[in-house]
This record gives sequence, structure tokens and C-alpha cells, in this order.
Amino acid sequence: MSAAEVELPLAPGAREMHGPTALGAGWRRLFDLTWLLAVTDFRLSYFGSALGYVWSLVRPLLFFGVLYVVFTKVLQVGGGIPHYPAVLLLNIVLYNFFAEATGASVQSLVVREALVRKMHFPRMAVPLASVLTAAFNLMLNLVAVLIFVLASGVSPQLTWLLFPFVLLPLVAFAIGIAMILSSLYVRFRDVAPIWLVVSQLLFYGSPIIYTIDKLRERSATAAHLVMLNPLADLLEQARRWIVGPSAAGAVDAAGGPVHALAPLAVFLGLIALGFWLFLREAPHVAENL
Amino acid sequence: MPSPCAAIRVRDLDKTFRRPRNRVHTLKERALHPFRSGEYDEQHVLRGISFDVAQGEFFGIVGRNGSGKSTLLKCLAEIYRADAGRMYMAGRLAPFIELGVGFNPELTARENVLINGVMMGLTPREARARFDEIIAFAELEDFVDQKLKNYSSGMQVRLAFAVMVQADADVLLIDEVLAVGDAAFQQKCADTFYRMREEGTTIVLVTHAMPMVERFCHRAMLLHDGVVDAIGDPGEVARRYLELNFSGPTPDREALGLGTQGARIVDVWIDGPGAPRTHTLAHGEELALHVAIEALEPLAAPAIGVWLESEEHVRVFATSTDRGGGLGPLAAGERAQMTVRALNTLRTGHYGVGVSVSRASGGGELDALGRAADLIVYGGDHVGGLVDLQHRVELTASLEKAAR
Ligand SMILES: Nc1ncnc2c1ncn2[C@@H]1O[C@H](COP(=O)(O)OP(=O)(O)OP(=O)(O)O)[C@@H](O)[C@H]1O
Ligand SMILES: [Mg+2]
Repeated sequence: MSAAEVELPLAPGAREMHGPTALGAGWRRLFDLTWLLAVTDFRLSYFGSALGYVWSLVRPLLFFGVLYVVFTKVLQVGGGIPHYPAVLLLNIVLYNFFAEATGASVQSLVVREALVRKMHFPRMAVPLASVLTAAFNLMLNLVAVLIFVLASGVSPQLTWLLFPFVLLPLVAFAIGIAMILSSLYVRFRDVAPIWLVVSQLLFYGSPIIYTIDKLRERSATAAHLVMLNPLADLLEQARRWIVGPSAAGAVDAAGGPVHALAPLAVFLGLIALGFWLFLREAPHVAENL
Repeated sequence: MPSPCAAIRVRDLDKTFRRPRNRVHTLKERALHPFRSGEYDEQHVLRGISFDVAQGEFFGIVGRNGSGKSTLLKCLAEIYRADAGRMYMAGRLAPFIELGVGFNPELTARENVLINGVMMGLTPREARARFDEIIAFAELEDFVDQKLKNYSSGMQVRLAFAVMVQADADVLLIDEVLAVGDAAFQQKCADTFYRMREEGTTIVLVTHAMPMVERFCHRAMLLHDGVVDAIGDPGEVARRYLELNFSGPTPDREALGLGTQGARIVDVWIDGPGAPRTHTLAHGEELALHVAIEALEPLAAPAIGVWLESEEHVRVFATSTDRGGGLGPLAAGERAQMTVRALNTLRTGHYGVGVSVSRASGGGELDALGRAADLIVYGGDHVGGLVDLQHRVELTASLEKAAR
């Protein structure tokens, strides 16, 4: 019965189909979907409970409170650091964003399995949405930080306007890591617990509760090692731009422009690795989930 | 009507799923057994599929479970990547293959409609503009602000179907749905399908419901073992599909402990017009039901009874050798055949043929098979009852009012 079908001419404007990709056909759709997924998630987390926003603030604030008491009153670490409470809160909020964005991205493709398996769309929208949702939270938390910074007596300065130049690389870094984690998790399910441990280590491996100059006073090697972590450089730069020139800044904290090239290479290398991995895995995620 | 241009062209499509034999699930295992890959279990699901779907055509894809229908649809929708072959598509393709993809039970219908609209490729503005129309179509005006998790499954399907209708796609790929709505909504779906057919939307529908295939499809395709088994006339494809479904081995009678003494049923089969040994028959066709028995000992006047049962085990029809004058004596090892010829006046459905053999008319049973053969009747949807009795309808009109 299947024999000799009459061949119809192909309709004008027909295009060849090549299967699923990471980026899809247009940037517009990638953007629309990323935004849609992120906004939906964000709203669900805030409007699920009446006090959603309050709760999302309480966590970093409580954490900050505990660390603040432990490190200034009990261990007396923060003593010599100017504006220690403000810096500590800022660092916690920035780190929190990174941990939240990457943590949510790990299982993002699997969580959205129904979508991934039954709809054609640019796959990258899924981990990007995880980062974007965390970025929305970051924006809200930064409002609290701003209030706290002003209240704790830091005078407003022009360099505050440069703050987006810390935020953008931070978001880019989170995206790069999100790409790596989400595409690896499809194949290897222990990426989740491993990343939990790694992001804990990163908390202590970044100048959050301490500063690099304090660390260097004790061990120059340790300081060099920590500064290889791009997060460390971003936090140091944020500190300089927010509390002023008393802080070292990324380049000086790394030990000069030459030394700063190493974290820059790590930063760019990880982002490139993330995109390479994700572009490679994207056509097959739906069937391998 | 389908135009003489192809909206979808598929050539030599191949898809193999590879499952690593010793699947490395974790990085830990990967680190412990770095060289353990390489061996795969391969499942060749689609083997060189080629077909065209004309613009504006309603195209059905049928096949048994696991025959690769969903896989084919996912390749077409660019959800799976095909291993080989080429595919061309003209016009805007709806990006999903099922209704209600992306619905979030925690959100209200209003929010879900807007989200789903954007997922289907509308801009947020378009999605908002069509919101009222969607809700009106789904007839869910009173439930817009209710969370979807509190919807009944039929209501969810209505909503999903309504969004799909508004998605503005030129080509729709749909994988099994639509059975959940109530009768009124199903009629609405049917009307919508007819309207879309007329408006020139190309629709590819995967389904197991042959009445749908025969009702809507311009053409249909049967997938079997990864190849196109049949393509063309929906009726023919449906008939072939049902044949594939019921061509399994006949039940082993010895295992059932029947037909070991006196006589046994050797064969039971149905011939349709031009279709020997069929399981499917159109309403209104002649059928010939054959029963062959073998005597295991000398029998003076054995009798054979046959009957037809509906799916609900209602006996629709029964007859016996008595109606043909009765069988003569049989020697041990001798065979006899009974043939029942009838006009098929049954309603569309699935029927079973039962057979029994007894020593004499009304005497002790020697062999019996409750379900010796299957009969699938199609094309009889218009029959109101189980059987269409031979009948005539007379109508008279009168101007006089009926007396109170
Ligand atoms: N992601 C996957 N990984 C491995 N095997 C798969 C995958 N998807 C489908 N298969 C296999 O491919 C075969 C065809 O599956 P498919 O879902 O296409 O069948 P189908 O014709 O849609 O069946 P049904 O009528 O039950 O819906 C099945 O044997 C299934 O196990
Ligand atoms: Mg299927």
C-alpha cells in the first residue's frame, strides 16, 4: 500500500529542520521564555505565602546576624576591617545570589522535564531562568543592603555607580557555572551533592567573613590561592567601590595586574567551558533526561 | 481541502536510542571505572521513515504501543534530534506536541493561559488580547481565577485545547488527547477540527482511536516495527491497524483443558468480502464465519453452536448446526466445517466469537471457546443500538392538533 506515492512539490518557504538546539531560532524567543520562566518562578515563591518577600530576606539577614556576632564579638576577627558589618552583609548577599543561582540550575532541566520533553524551545532558557530568578532576589536584597550601608555610616560616593560592573561579571560567572552544572547533571546525578559541598567550600574560600589583606598578613600563599577564585576578586572589587579606597580592590588584592590575569583566565575559561558543554549537550537533553 | 503542496516532507528518517549497557550514573562511578563505556544497547525505533503531508491535510499516525509514533512526532517538532534523514516544514509549527504543556497547577487559569500563550509563540500582548476568546471557547468564565489544581481533568483539557486553537500555528502536531472532555466539548473539538481543516491548518494527529482517524483524517499512516507499514486511505489504514492488533497467537486449547475428549475445535475464522481471515469488517458488509472441528471418537450427531458477544459480554447473536439441518455422523479423526453467512448489521465496536461443540444437540459439551476469534466492526457509528434491525421508517404529517 505504501508504494509509489505521488511526490508533491514542497510548499514555498519550507525550511529544513535540524533538531533541537541550545539557542533556538531567535534571540527574541530565548529572551521571552527565559523571562517568562523566571518571572513565574519568582512569583510562585513570593505569592505562595503572604510574607514571601519577608521570608526571603530573613534568611540572609539571620545568617548575617549570626556571623556578625560570632566574628566581631566572639572571635573578634572583623575588628580591623572598616565598615565590617556593611561589608559582611554585602558579601553574604552577593554570595547568596551565586549559591542560589547555581544551586537551582543543577536540577533545572530535570525539574522542567515536562517542558523539555514535550515542547520545542531553546534549551538554554532553562538554566538562564534559574539565574534570572536568583537575580530578581538579589535586586530585592540589595535594597536591604543599601539601607543598611547608609545606616551604618558609609558615606555615598561616586564609585557606587560602578557597582553594575561587579554585578554583570558576577551574573555572567553564575551563568557559566549554571551551564556546566545543568548539562552535567543530565548524565551524572551526583553533581547535586558534589556542588552542595563545593559551594560550601567556596563560601570559606572567598573573602566573605574575612578580607584578603587580613588573610595575606597570615599566609601569602593562601591569599594567592583564594584570589584564583573569580568570586574573590569580584567581592574585593565590590568592597572597594562600596566602602571606598580603604579596601584593596580586585587587582591589588590579587597582587598586581599580572597576578590578576590568573583569576581572569579562570573566569573566562569556566564561562567558555559552560557554553561549550551546554551547546554540545542541548540537542540530546530531551531523550537523556 | 489539502493543497497540492507538501507542508511536511520527511525522507529516510532514522532514530536509534542508545542506552549504555553499564550505565555510569554518577561522576564517582565514572572516576572509578574510567574505561567502562563503549558498550551500548541500541534500539532502532525509526528505520527510514519517508512521507509527505500536504498543506491543509489532516494526517493520522497510528501504530501499536512502542511503534515509534511519539518519537516520530518529537523528531518532527525538533524535540529529539534524528540520527539521519531530512525533514522540511513550511509555515509556523506549534512548538508543543501535547495539550497543556507547561500548565502549572499552582497558578490560576488566567495566569496559565497567558504563560501557555507565550510558550506557544504568541507575544505577551497577543496572549492578553486573546485571553477572553480563549476562556469563552473553553466555557470556563466562572473559573478564571481558580487554581488549575482545582480543575477537573476535563476542564484542564478544555482550557488547553482552547489555547491551542488560538495559537495561530499553520502546522499542529498532536499526540493522543481529546478523549477526556464531556460529550458537548468533544463535539466542539470535532467542529473545531473541521473548521481548521477548512481553514487550511495542517494537522498531524497520533491516536489509537480508529473512529477519529476515519472521521477526520484525509490520509493516515501506520507505523510498525519502525517502518511505514501502510499509508493512504484512513479506512484501509485503520483496518490494517486492527488486523495487526489482533493477529496474535490463538489461545492454546490444551492448556485450557478443553477439546481432549470426543471432539475439538480446530479452527475458527471470519472472511470478509475480498478479505480472507480478517478481524475487521465494515458495517453493512457480508461476513462468513467458519468453524472447523475434528471428531476424536465416532459421533452420531454432533452439534456446533456459535455466538457473538459485545465487549460488555452481551450475546448479540447465536446460531447452531441445527439451523442448517444438523450434522451427520462423524468417524474418529474426521473433520467437519460449519459456515455462517450473514449481513453485518452490528454497531461499531469490538465483538468476540464464541464456539462450542457438543455430543448431540442439547447434549453434553465436548469443547468450548469463549473467545475463539475477534471481530472489529467499523463504519457503524450511526447505529443507535447494538444491531441495526432490518427496518423501514414511515412518516406522516397531520395538521390536526393532537387531542389533549
Ligand atoms: N528517551 C528515550 N530513551 C530511550 N528509549 C526511548 C526513549 N523514548 C522512546 N524510547 C523507546 O522508543 C520506542 C518507541 O517509543 P514511542 O514513545 O515513540 O512509542 P509510541 O508509538 O508513541 O507508543 P504509544 O502508543 O504507547 O504512545 C519505545 O520502545 C521506547 O522504549
Ligand atoms: Mg506515544
